Amino acid sequence: MQKYAKPATVRARTPSALFALVAVMTGAGGAFTPSAGAAEVNIYSSRHYDADRQLYALFTAETGIKINLLQGKSNALVERLKREGKYSPADLLITVDAGNLGRAQAAGLFQAVRSKVLEAAIPARFRESGGHWFGLTMRARVIMYHKDRVKPSELSTYEALADTKWKGRILVRSSNNIYNQSLVASLIAANGFDKTEAWARRLVANMARRPRGGDRDQIRAVGAGEGDIAIANTYYLGRLLASHSAKDRELTAKIGVFFPNQKGRGTHVNVSGAGVTKYARNKAGAIKLLEFLVGPQAQKVFAEANFEYPVNPKAGRSAIVGSWGPFKADSLNVAVLSKHNAEAVRLMDRAGWR
Amino acid sequence: MSADTLVSRKPAGRGARLRWLDGWSVFTIGVAALVSVPVLVVLSHFFIPAGDVWRHLAETVLTRYIVNSLWLMIGVGTGTLVIGVATAWLVTMCRFRGRPTFEWALLLPMAVPAYVIAYTYTGLFEFAGPVQGYLRDSFALAKGDYWFPEIRSIGGAIAMMTLVLYPYVYLLSRIAFLEQSVSVLEVSRTLGCNPWRSFFSVALPLARPGIAAGVALALMETLNDFGTVQYFAVDNFTTGIFRTWFGMGEPEAATQLAATLMIFIFALVLIERLSRGRGRVRHTTSRYRALPSYQLTGAKSAAATTACFLPIFLGFLLPGAVLLDWTVETADRMIDARFFTYAANSFSLAAIASLLAVAIALAMVYGLRLSQQNKVMVFAARVASMGYAVPGAVIAVGVLLPFAWFDTVLNDWLQAVFDVSPGLVFSGTIFAVIFAYLVRFLAISLNTVEASLDKVTTSMDDASRTLGRKPGNTLLSVHLPMIYGSLLTAGILVFVDVMKELPATLFLRPFNFDTLAVRTYQLASDERLADASSAALAIVLVGVVPVVVLSIAIARSRPGHGKG
Repeated sequence: MQKYAKPATVRARTPSALFALVAVMTGAGGAFTPSAGAAEVNIYSSRHYDADRQLYALFTAETGIKINLLQGKSNALVERLKREGKYSPADLLITVDAGNLGRAQAAGLFQAVRSKVLEAAIPARFRESGGHWFGLTMRARVIMYHKDRVKPSELSTYEALADTKWKGRILVRSSNNIYNQSLVASLIAANGFDKTEAWARRLVANMARRPRGGDRDQIRAVGAGEGDIAIANTYYLGRLLASHSAKDRELTAKIGVFFPNQKGRGTHVNVSGAGVTKYARNKAGAIKLLEFLVGPQAQKVFAEANFEYPVNPKAGRSAIVGSWGPFKADSLNVAVLSKHNAEAVRLMDRAGWR
Repeated sequence: MSADTLVSRKPAGRGARLRWLDGWSVFTIGVAALVSVPVLVVLSHFFIPAGDVWRHLAETVLTRYIVNSLWLMIGVGTGTLVIGVATAWLVTMCRFRGRPTFEWALLLPMAVPAYVIAYTYTGLFEFAGPVQGYLRDSFALAKGDYWFPEIRSIGGAIAMMTLVLYPYVYLLSRIAFLEQSVSVLEVSRTLGCNPWRSFFSVALPLARPGIAAGVALALMETLNDFGTVQYFAVDNFTTGIFRTWFGMGEPEAATQLAATLMIFIFALVLIERLSRGRGRVRHTTSRYRALPSYQLTGAKSAAATTACFLPIFLGFLLPGAVLLDWTVETADRMIDARFFTYAANSFSLAAIASLLAVAIALAMVYGLRLSQQNKVMVFAARVASMGYAVPGAVIAVGVLLPFAWFDTVLNDWLQAVFDVSPGLVFSGTIFAVIFAYLVRFLAISLNTVEASLDKVTTSMDDASRTLGRKPGNTLLSVHLPMIYGSLLTAGILVFVDVMKELPATLFLRPFNFDTLAVRTYQLASDERLADASSAALAIVLVGVVPVVVLSIAIARSRPGHGKG
């Protein structure tokens, strides 16, 4: 009985298939070599914006120092850095949110750096006092509203979002997100734990839908009418307004920006920032890159291409960002945010903020 | 009879107990030990006390994780079972319009990663999307005026995963149906069964191991999924593990969650095996001829055509069309030199991993065969398959821990002796990524190769050995040509899975090394769905090629096929 099909033809085909695979393998061999040259800076970064790549290219052109980049989720990068220990190739950890920076610092991943350039360019509340990390850009977490359905006079503070008049109208993303964790941490710092928990419960009751999606998603949903106000970071609106997609531009055309708590402590702001790793092999190169990133040229790219607020007060804002006007920022040192992070996460769990 | 022939050649007595311990078995056990390291590293956390975080989890989120995970399993299990078995039976046993096309096209959704189909459906059906927008504009509706199924919900997650995972059930039940002997079916018909009854009481029980294996694969993929549930905001065990580990900074509690999940999956597999128990069905006859088929006409034929077309339309054509539309819209910005680097990276990783996975599986299964299913060896093979049940992210951490440790020790030693430190040799390179793939996907190639090699009667081995060939030579010249098709199948399955793999790649990859899956995920999590489409479409297209090859191999695989 001839159960199996023609081995002769099959065998003839095998070597060529194997050959092709071997060729592919050798082609990928280049990726096996980790690089650690003096003229290179290795970055672990959770910033995933195209503007950053543009800046690294500029830096390389200016200094001849090559940049090797590994992008990932902040927590995963921190975990990896932690596990890699003293032979980790990373020189610099760039991440968003002071909560993440504080966590990395608490894990002992950064080293103290002194640099006159950095200290002159960055206001003290946007960097860690010991020089473990430095803010690169500032972002404001604001209330965005639909101009047809909400008057700015109805808005005042984050605290007032607990009012029942907002029932079924508020859009905000999940508590898994560090931006929300830091916002709640800032409320804990201002109002204490118990008051903040009560606030969070009432906010959850006012949500237009179960939290899902990111900040852009909340903004689009306001535009489409799924809710009336959203809590979101400003640069997301900037990017939607300047989007390649006509639909995004259309959805966001009627969105207004409201800076809360202007009569009190100011609007909650946060940073994206970076620290030189404890076991950096190219510490000098890493510091040089940091200094470049807070310089006027780079700060302009952050502002123009990504609609963030420059951390360097000397740098200007993009036209879109400028159109939202000046505002008073919470003067809380952003390093405090990570101190309340664990509390904030548990508080939101208990309040049912998914 | 064949199993005894090999034994009788060996000397009896004390040495006989360890006579299976040769190069093949050492290799099998060695690989099993190596591959199980990450899993064991994770499991070892089970005994480290995690403090009061458990109480917090139990009071707040744990119930939600468990309930959602169970619903997902029930939903996807039922969905894939019904769609997979029904379409496999129709295509194998019935004649109707479009059947030859459906035969392979039903596999197409397999090429679509669950997170990609989730992105496309969200883009289409969310509140701010075109479908609801069109409805609101046409009928002047506002929020709350109408009901529309919420795509980003647990129901949506079940639908998405069912649509792309049913091919596993289809694939394995079709193979089972193809392997059945016509005689048995004919006997059942002679004894008075109608086609439906003979399906339920004869064909289905005979195909049960295959069907169960397919559903088990689908369920493991379900529990492993991170991208979809994360995007749909469905909190389950997998997202819970992430949140506890990374969000709350509690690795112990997180690994304990992971370990709980693993034990649950192992229990599931065990129950299935036990329930087969003694009532194991075997094909008792090897009489094969072309399968008969029920010619369907009129309404029945139309119904069958619809039943087969719908899963393909919803699971492949619709998301494919959306991706294509978005790709056309964004191509000039998104398809650049970097895009082709991502594609090359994806392709080389998948090629290396699948080649290794198949080669290792072949050697292991053959070692198992030479040892005549020695208990230690069987155990080793099972251990090597464990990784498939573990979420990719957990494996990633399990890989990083021992590798980083080994790198540190190596560097310390080199520094002390030679005053050089080469940096991270294993943990920061592709080596770690490929290793993680092997841990995760070796089960696929092992099972496929094992199933196929088992069908080759051992008298072949005996004959070859009697004629003076050594075991290795026998494998190459006797077995390899016979099971070539299955090796290809195994390789293709691993290849497609690696192309889609996300968490381990994301966590372990070296500098300046992104893949299509990583790029898709990054853009999508930045809520740039349209920008992510070109990379996603490339994953799907690369996945389609092997799917087509696979279905041809299966169609040819029926015993007696090509006899004429």
